[in-house]
Amino acid sequence: MAEDYEPRIVAFLCKWCSSAGSDLAGVSRMEYPPNVVPIQVMCSGSVSPLYIFSAFNKGADGVLVSGCHPGDCHYIKGNYYARRRLNLVKKLLEYVGLETQRFQMSWVSAAEGTKFTQIIKDFVKELKPLGPQTKLRRNP
Amino acid sequence: MKRTGVFICHCGINIAGTVDVKKVAEELAKHPSVVHAEDYVYMCSDPGQNLIEQAIREKKLDGVVVACCSPNLHETTFRNAAKRAGLNSFRCEIANIREQCSWVHKDKPKATQKATKIARSAVEKVRQNESLDALSVPVTRRALVVGGGISGLQAALDIANTGFEVILVERNPSVGGHMIQLSETFPTLDCSQCILTPKMVEVSKHPKIKLMTYSEVQDVSGYVGNFKVKILKKPTYVDPAKCTLCDECTKVCPIVVPNEFDLGLTGRRAIYIPFPQAIPASYTLDDKNCPDPFTTIACGKCADVCNPKAIDFDQKPEIIEAEVGVIIVATGYDLYDKENMAEYGFGKYADVLDGLQFERLCSASGPTMGQILRPSDHKEPKEVVFIQCSGSRDPENHCAYCSKICCMYTAKHAMLYKHHVHDGQAYIFYIDIRSGGKGYEEFVQRAVEEDGVVYLRGKVSKVFEEKGKIMVWGVDTLTGRSIEIAADMVVLAQAMRPSTGAQELAKKLKLALDKDGFLAEAHPKLRPVESVTAGMFLAGAAQAPKDIPEAVAQASGAAAKAVAILSQDRLFHSPTVAKVISNLCTGCGMCVAVCPYDALTLKDGKVEVNEVLCEGCGTCTATCLRSAIQVKNLTQQQVAEMINACLGG
Repeated sequence: MAEDYEPRIVAFLCKWCSSAGSDLAGVSRMEYPPNVVPIQVMCSGSVSPLYIFSAFNKGADGVLVSGCHPGDCHYIKGNYYARRRLNLVKKLLEYVGLETQRFQMSWVSAAEGTKFTQIIKDFVKELKPLGPQTKLRRNP
Repeated sequence: MKRTGVFICHCGINIAGTVDVKKVAEELAKHPSVVHAEDYVYMCSDPGQNLIEQAIREKKLDGVVVACCSPNLHETTFRNAAKRAGLNSFRCEIANIREQCSWVHKDKPKATQKATKIARSAVEKVRQNESLDALSVPVTRRALVVGGGISGLQAALDIANTGFEVILVERNPSVGGHMIQLSETFPTLDCSQCILTPKMVEVSKHPKIKLMTYSEVQDVSGYVGNFKVKILKKPTYVDPAKCTLCDECTKVCPIVVPNEFDLGLTGRRAIYIPFPQAIPASYTLDDKNCPDPFTTIACGKCADVCNPKAIDFDQKPEIIEAEVGVIIVATGYDLYDKENMAEYGFGKYADVLDGLQFERLCSASGPTMGQILRPSDHKEPKEVVFIQCSGSRDPENHCAYCSKICCMYTAKHAMLYKHHVHDGQAYIFYIDIRSGGKGYEEFVQRAVEEDGVVYLRGKVSKVFEEKGKIMVWGVDTLTGRSIEIAADMVVLAQAMRPSTGAQELAKKLKLALDKDGFLAEAHPKLRPVESVTAGMFLAGAAQAPKDIPEAVAQASGAAAKAVAILSQDRLFHSPTVAKVISNLCTGCGMCVAVCPYDALTLKDGKVEVNEVLCEGCGTCTATCLRSAIQVKNLTQQQVAEMINACLGG
């Protein structure tokens, strides 16, 4: 694969914790690779499996869903639903043969700019050796 | 929507330094539904906002995207600008290209590419946004204040003085918090009791304040303007209306337990008044200690000697339900647990005390009537070592943060000690002296110059007992010499931590906590008294370590914010709530089961949304197998287009 391959990542960030945590990374002028494009959702619980399939279908090399820490959901329990639902999605993706590293979930609070930065750095690092995702891509 | 305008902010060089804003504007202009794209140095400034308004009017825009900082900062600013130009404010969206792009990347071409994607994704979203009007709901004009320390008292008084009703809940038998335990306050050496007790009395006598001591918040539901709270009123077994404070009951009570008010330096009976000036002025029979674990029936001696018959063993816990419009959380702090400070001999040696215990020793109402005596042998200590940052600023072992007040109160302690024991010597081990505050630096200087306090810069390595003395080994990092002091008493400036139980309360109120367990404010700079939940405000040390003036200022700030809500006729609720696409809904009820707010109900085989209860979280959307329930202005179709935009190009 080409040396300059840059994985494309879509990150679904909940408004209250992870998007705020990512804002904090910005305010603190931390640095992470620009491969990730964020989509702010209200709650990780609103992330439908359709979003994840759709992102892979449209050529995403990795998808991240990040919400409030379990127990700290702004909407009381949305992230618990997310955790259950997305674990099934993870299994399904594994079943269809997608590399497990391509789909990640994380819990990042509004105070965890450092953690968010690290997650993105690690994610990009893990995706690079895998090369472009073609398994679920419509027109590879 | 076909006529979208895109406005890209340079934010000085904050965005333009890493993102080629002209290029982003050019790229966005190519989008089929974008009819206007421009950049400007500060979009949020008056001329910047005018640009937006002008473009909306002249180009008849039906959607606006502002690519700038986080929506948390200026979403409202730009939505208001759109509204002024006659556009529905929900047709304005923010693309966050500062916090989530320019500030975290250095490679300009790549950051520009990413910013373009973020802005394009916002264009896709706004294209399908509906015009919405805010939902309006009535306001319950009453406030709940949780915590009866100085912050809670101040907030309650400030709100009540504007004419609104306040319920003040305090879990202890008396209001006053930690401040009432202090002897004097820095930097003026005001007597703490003298400045606080009048406020306590004022609260108890205020016609608009309902004071509920020995009570705890059990449950909170609802939303801003309309909270429903359940408060548990624990039984005190004493009727305050009948109690004459004769103190006969404590004389006969056989059960002695450590006195919380004196931090265990003295004992108290199972029936007690925390301190003579307690508000409400009444006794409490502590049913955790009475009857004692070895007998199953209370001895009843207190009731026998009670002439006014104020003691009632049949009192039961009560759950009181109330409706309030706003909630102020002022749950304060506790000192860092002494069990954790074994290295300084805390909890092992009787003469190693924490700051609050030393306050009680200095206090005229304390166990020694204001004489500073060693708890072990009641002798006057001639050499006292104060250790600052005990548990603070130690990320490896204890708390990483600075507890902020310890530099000042340690200087005060050393000073008070010298005022009591003229021939004594005070030593202070410190890491840094942080004396920012009005009159604070002068106060520390006064301790050194007038009271001869010896400041030693360095950490203490070991504290141990030897021949009746407490040996303190440390190092003076300024001279590089190791130091050994044979002290009579050691006082630890223990770190402040969130008060016990604050975490559980935060869960009940759905408040966020920071990494240290303090309550998280909505924005560290611009919204320091608001919580992340609308209608809930923070005051005092529950939010972060702070001293009395700061706690009072924050309490007044929180009260002002609370009154701003209570004085509204109606409140506006975000209209970005769930909507049901009726012909797709099969009435399976899966969304009803997952809704965290009970906002969904089944009626005639279809789901209905209670728009006032719905918070728009979208958990229902992800649950519905038929995409029959969508959150307005963030539908699955919109997200699909946004995903496309994020991956395109």
